[in-house]
Formats: sequence, structure tokens, C-alpha cells
Amino acid sequence: MDALFYIASAVAIIATFLMLTRMNVVHALLFLIVSLLAVAVVFYTLGAPFVAALEIIIYAGAIMVLFIFVVMMLNLGKRAAAQEREWQRPSLWVGPSALAAVLVAEVVYLLTHADTRMSGAVALGPRQVSQSLFGPYLIGAELASMLLLGGLVGAFHLGRRIREKR
Amino acid sequence: MNPILKSLLILFLVIFIPLNLAAGLIWLERRLLALWQDRYGPNRVGPFGVLQVLADMIKIFFKEDWIPPFADKAVFVIAPAIIMITVLMSFTVVPWAPGATVANMNIGLLFFLAMSSLGVYSIVLAGWASDSKYSLLGGLRASAQMLSYEVFMGLSLMGTVLLTGSFRLNNIVDAQRHMWFVIPQFLGFVLFLIAGVAETRRLPFDLPEAESELVAGFHSEYSGMKFGMFFVGEYLGVILISAMITVLFFGGWRGPWLPPIVWFALKTLCFICFFILLRAALPRPRFDQLMSWGWKVMLPLALINLLVTGAVALAART
Repeated sequence: MDALFYIASAVAIIATFLMLTRMNVVHALLFLIVSLLAVAVVFYTLGAPFVAALEIIIYAGAIMVLFIFVVMMLNLGKRAAAQEREWQRPSLWVGPSALAAVLVAEVVYLLTHADTRMSGAVALGPRQVSQSLFGPYLIGAELASMLLLGGLVGAFHLGRRIREKR
Repeated sequence: MNPILKSLLILFLVIFIPLNLAAGLIWLERRLLALWQDRYGPNRVGPFGVLQVLADMIKIFFKEDWIPPFADKAVFVIAPAIIMITVLMSFTVVPWAPGATVANMNIGLLFFLAMSSLGVYSIVLAGWASDSKYSLLGGLRASAQMLSYEVFMGLSLMGTVLLTGSFRLNNIVDAQRHMWFVIPQFLGFVLFLIAGVAETRRLPFDLPEAESELVAGFHSEYSGMKFGMFFVGEYLGVILISAMITVLFFGGWRGPWLPPIVWFALKTLCFICFFILLRAALPRPRFDQLMSWGWKVMLPLALINLLVTGAVALAART
């Protein structure tokens, strides 16, 4: 299981890096999907199969399809790639790299100093996840559902057909 | 038998049988369609024309495997592979007979839903990578259609999960010891059947292809075995959905007298023939009709089904 964890993590990191450096938007999205699938495998090896399945169904299967749908509608061609190349100058990488370096340093510090525990000891199935989601965390779930309802009403308002006045 | 050898054998059969069945289905579909339309169909090559598929296979392997110069090469090549991978992965969770499952996961049903949601990419990317108007239109239609029908596909199955109390497909089959789920979950069955037809893009939901308007839709630019992969992938999808209907609503391998695997095969074959009959009988709807039907009729029905099932299950327990 440990080897699986490290392989999947490596795939996730490499795919995310490739996603950042692609000029073509669809290729970038494809690498992001690979990264999400790798993260799902990581969840599975850590003993959270339910979360792994949701990661694939919701992120990789639904949200990224919508992204690709929009990109297809925009029909970005070679010109967009050239523009992207223009924007991604090396000097642009300095700020984000510095911030990422801080995070990496923190992770390294945590791994070397504090007592960290690898991989969860128990596997959590759908039942345990649902029980805590609809038990102690009920308010969180309800708030998220209200937020989604708000988004739904907003989308309906924007998408509704305005009737011509007679 | 040696357990490793046994699992290897199961693995081999789970890949080998559906792939060959999918090819055989092409012959079955053409013969059955011909029967219902009062013609003969392919009946020249071999007994009853069974070897027609073999002849077609040899032909398709020798076709030029052409990639259009304007296409996005890498994505164009990956797209047909995705549909085969996702459908074959889904077959790993199907319980064919007692003990004959590749992966007996506690999230089996969710795994099936996850793989079917990834299958959309194949069609969408094929449409996009071909860089042609008709393909792109087919890809756009496919993403909208499959995304909306996936939503209530998942919801329609939650009724059976509620009654069983598990996502594990073996438990779902065991829970149908006394009664098939098609009786308490009839609405769920109908919803899943319709969603399944839409997910496999079979008539009447084949708008991404729509020969009469879009040439061949998302696979207009494909030739040779790449086209063949889409074709076989579609038939694999039909087998998968039929097998899942059998498992979830018709008691899986349960049945008297005959051995379990025979019951499973018989039930699945019935639904495969039903899929073909649908193609022979129904016309194709307009795209806006398809979308509003999905969101305004099927989704509310799936939600009502889930609510009522939940209420009944709760009342029965207390």
C-alpha cells in the first residue's frame, strides 16, 4: 500500500506541474484530471474509499467536464496559445514560486520535527462518513446545500428567457 | 484451485467474454433489426451469417489508420482508448456469479458511477480534437446530455442502496433473496433504464452521433480501428448497463434450477435485446426536448422516488 501511495503522489505532483506549464488550455485541463485521479488513489490508500469515489464522480467526472465544455465553446486556437506564451514570462514565476517554497519548507519542517502519523489506521467506509456528515457536522452540510441552492437560483435567473413585451 | 490462478482466470474471462460478446452483438443487432423490419440482414457468411463480424473485423484492421493533419494528435489518439478503459474497468465490480467478482469493493456501485462519469471524456475529447464542425457539435451535445442524465442515474440507484444499506454489489444481490428490487423500486428501475440508454448514447438518445444531421457526430474524422474502438465501446456499454440492471433490479445471479451464471447471462441477454428493440422502435427527439425532459421530468421523479423510499425505509425500521 505504501508503494502505491508514493507512486500516486508522484503522479499527482508531476501531472500538476505539467498542468501549470501547458500552453494549450485543454491539455492543461487533461493533466489536471490526471492529477485529480491520482489524488483519488491517494485517498484510497489512506483508507478513505468513499472520499476517493466522490473525488472522481464530482471533481473529475462533473466539474472538469463543465470546464472542458466551456473551453470547447470558446474555441481557443493557436492564437490563444501564443497569447498564453506571452503571459507566462519567467519573471511571472517568481512570486508564486516563493509562496510555494514557504509551503514546502513548512511541510519539510513538520515531517522532520513534529510526530506525524502516516496513513490512517482505520478505513472509513460510506457509513462512517455519512454518520459524521449528518450527525455532528449537520450544520455544515446544510449551509453548503443552501449555498448550492443560491447558486441554482442565480443560474436560473441568468438563464431564464425574457419574454417579449406585447 | 490455487487462489492466484483462480483470480487470474476470472480476470481473463471478465476481459475476454465482454469484448467478444460486444463484437457478437453487432451481428445480433443487425439480425434482430432485420427481423423486426421484415428483412433478412447479414446471412451469407458462415451459419446464419455469424462470421460476418469476423469479416468486418478483418476489413477494419486493414483500413488506413488516418489522423487528420489539422487534428490535435495526442488527444485524438487517447480519446477512443478512454471509453474502452472506463467501460472495462466498470466490469471489475459486476458480480457475475457467487464469488466471481474481480473487485468486491465496499464502494462498488460508486465505482461504477465514477467510471461511467469518466466515459464522457472520450466523446467530448474526440469531438474537440477532431477540429471539425460536426465533431465539435457532437462533442458539445454529448457533454451536455451525459452530464444531465448522469445526475439522476446516480439518484435513481440510491433507492436500492437504501433498501440494502450497502454500496457493495454482492450485498445488493443478497438483499434480493425474497423479492427482486424491480417491484419496490419500479420507478427507480425505469429511471435507471432511461439514464442507461442515454449514457451509452444508443437510440433514441444518440444525438451526439445523429447521422442525419451531423454526418457521424463526434467520430466523423475517425477511421480504421480507432473508429472500431468507439463502436465496440458502445456495445460494451450496452452489455454493462444490461448487466447492472440485472444486478440491481432483477436479482443478479439468483434463480431456481439453473446454475447462477446461466441465470445472469439469460437476464442480461433479455435487456440487451430490449436495447436493440428500442433502436428499432423509437425516433430521435430534438435536443432541447431531450434536455428539458431530463431536467424537468426525470430529475424530480428521481428525487421523489428517493424521498418516498427513504420515508418507507425509516417507517419500516422504527
